[in-house]
Amino acid sequence: MNIATLLAGGRTRLGSHFFELLVGVGLAVLLFDLLRRLVTDTLRVFDLFLFVKEGIVLGLVIGLAGIGLALTYSILHFPNFAHGDYITMGAFAGWVVSYVIAGLGSFDLRDLFLIGVRGDAGGVAVGTSVVQTPVAIVTGLLVAIAFTILATILIDRVIYRPMRDEGVITLLITSVGVALILRYSIAFVWGQETTTLTANSRPQFTAPGIGVQVSTHELTLVACTLVLIAGIHYLIQQTKLGTAMRAMADNPDLAAITGIPTERVVLATWIIAGGATGAAGYLVGLETGILAFNTGWTLLLLIFAAVILGGVGSIYGAIFGGLVIGIVSNVALVWIPSDFTTAAAFLVMIVVLLVKPKGLFEGVTTA
Amino acid sequence: MTRNRADDLRARIGDTDLVLVLGVMIAMYAMFTAFGLLLGLGFGSIVSTLQQITFLTAAYALIVLALNLQWGYAGLLNIGVAGFMAVGVYTMAILTASPDPGPTGVPGFGLPLLVGILGGMLAAALFGGLVALPAIRLRADYLAIVTLAFGEIIRIAVNSQTFQSVSVLGFETGTGGSRGIQGPTNPVRALYYTDPSNPALGRTEIGGVIFDAFGALGVEEPVVVDLTYTLVLLGFVVLFYVLLTRIVKSPFGRVLKAIREDELVAKSLGKHTSRFKIITFMTGCALMGLGGILWQGSQSLVTPDQFDPLLTFYVFIALIIGGSGSNTGGVIGAALFVGLLFQGPVFASRLVSNFAGFESAPNTFPDAVAGLGSLDVQPLVAYSLSEIQSLRFVLVGVVLILVMAKRPQGVLGHRKSPAVGVDPYRRDPDGDETESPTDRGNANEATESDSS
Repeated sequence: MNIATLLAGGRTRLGSHFFELLVGVGLAVLLFDLLRRLVTDTLRVFDLFLFVKEGIVLGLVIGLAGIGLALTYSILHFPNFAHGDYITMGAFAGWVVSYVIAGLGSFDLRDLFLIGVRGDAGGVAVGTSVVQTPVAIVTGLLVAIAFTILATILIDRVIYRPMRDEGVITLLITSVGVALILRYSIAFVWGQETTTLTANSRPQFTAPGIGVQVSTHELTLVACTLVLIAGIHYLIQQTKLGTAMRAMADNPDLAAITGIPTERVVLATWIIAGGATGAAGYLVGLETGILAFNTGWTLLLLIFAAVILGGVGSIYGAIFGGLVIGIVSNVALVWIPSDFTTAAAFLVMIVVLLVKPKGLFEGVTTA
Repeated sequence: MTRNRADDLRARIGDTDLVLVLGVMIAMYAMFTAFGLLLGLGFGSIVSTLQQITFLTAAYALIVLALNLQWGYAGLLNIGVAGFMAVGVYTMAILTASPDPGPTGVPGFGLPLLVGILGGMLAAALFGGLVALPAIRLRADYLAIVTLAFGEIIRIAVNSQTFQSVSVLGFETGTGGSRGIQGPTNPVRALYYTDPSNPALGRTEIGGVIFDAFGALGVEEPVVVDLTYTLVLLGFVVLFYVLLTRIVKSPFGRVLKAIREDELVAKSLGKHTSRFKIITFMTGCALMGLGGILWQGSQSLVTPDQFDPLLTFYVFIALIIGGSGSNTGGVIGAALFVGLLFQGPVFASRLVSNFAGFESAPNTFPDAVAGLGSLDVQPLVAYSLSEIQSLRFVLVGVVLILVMAKRPQGVLGHRKSPAVGVDPYRRDPDGDETESPTDRGNANEATESDSS
């Protein structure tokens, strides 16, 4: 408690900028050290670019997955802990369809359904990849989106809707229940092993001048993410629905009183969030090439970190936060062993919460 | 009114809470004895089963009680429980491990067990303070996510190769990485064996008598040792219970409940609320550390897998079933969770597969549902039984949602103690003043609607 008073005292003396100052100094030291390493050649420029590229790809995955979480967090006012398992659900739904389309005729339907977790139809055998089986991949992506939308609406109708007026903690705990049901239903059907989804991600392209290679699947992921983000941006900024959503995020009571059909807006929110989440799940599978029953759950904390970093409620904040988390956890490899990259990302989130408790995009909701 | 009659009855029975807990435990014992008899287990195996149930119940109860102090009374949503337990257990293990552990072990400081336990509690409390100091002023849901992230950081740290072996001031030590670190020898063994770490060297006098007595009933030596340790654990549950009940009934506890109900009010009454919250958080973390030491630290090997974030959610589910804000509810919740959700399904599936006499279960889900085409449900049932581990979690999720939807206050949550010391709703002026605030009826309904 003495430390608490000391800290409080320190804050008043230094103004409210104590933590900001500390973080600023820390960042400056790191930046200086990065330059020193580049100059003294203990860190190759190529490696740095590689870290940044990996970081951007991971960041876009997290950002895309974070859009759905940010939307439901701001409009329904609770952190959905089942969000990670929505990602897994979308990925499994989409990839089963991709496998069936890519491997029909040459493999047993049962094996294809198991997408290589068990049985003979592994990723390499079926040969799924953007270049070899484009139809299967596109259909799979669309199915992942559609399936996740339907499932999220169903879950909302059955579970969340009757509890709409409950407090944030009640809904948070309920969503943990939903998460357990989804995750272990998937484990029940597909088992707990990790599967290799794709045959390969060739051809690779070499970025001119830098020498960093980019695979087809990474390009697909970046392209799809940018299209989805643009679409959601248009929806929220330019349509009547978007205005209604922003109004609800800002003040749900006022929105209801001005005649906004809140339940319909909630439905639309789940549709947009579910679609983005399903797509994210499928694309994560495509880019990383692996999938397991807990893929989404392990991503969830990073997604939360991104959403909080950006300031809950802002989809741009979520994408920006995702990029920060992605780049930090990769560039951190310059200083720390690879075991700790995730820990570094969480640490960044905690530090941001200390400096700016409302996130980097403070006060901006769904805009 | 019936409520008055019920109160009279309670007063005559005396400590109703004890009766409630014992009632639940007896019901659990009856259920698992029935399972054991139906499965054709011998007396020794049934005793062993009941011992395991009691051990897990007591272990969960310890952590649930600690969490209840943070969440039930101060409203601090800590979902890094597993992380704080890990800090306590690992500190204890490192402090007590022998400096010369042989080729496979991890060297430690070789300090006495008591020092290790106190050190573990202190470390857990300090880490709790480290998280709480900055995070306590955040919103409840942010605190939840920060604590969850902290738990993961701890698990990543103890799992990493970097800390597998390190040297501190010339001392070689470490966490053992993913292979884990050996736990200390259970002091209970000293009661039975002349050399606690090597049973082959002979028994003590007491050991001989007790082992013979139990051996005649078909109970094996390890079970007797575990049984004794379970009794020690039950002693700690009582200790935790008394300690927490005293804390929450004290003026300090009243402030906590005021913070839970409305922090602004507590603040405007001149209470330094963040100080209260930080102290509570640190105390809760120290108790989680101790609970973790008594539970996971009693295993011969401590590994990072034992501190999966899921463990935190189990503890939460136990507390929610019992009703947060009620210590008795927490203990009952722990018993119900262990009996019905954790061990119950496993035994039930063993029972079904024993009696149904299925052929070997299909390996995959498609094979299992293939039988449905010809209206044959047997493969699916057999597959479900073989995958009961997964289905158990689905059940846990369903129960969690049902509790939150139908009875968010839990089984005993209606007895959540009100923030006021003197009941403002009491009509009978001659009421017993010493009556515990948790034993009230109508007043709590009012507090409850205020708090929800």
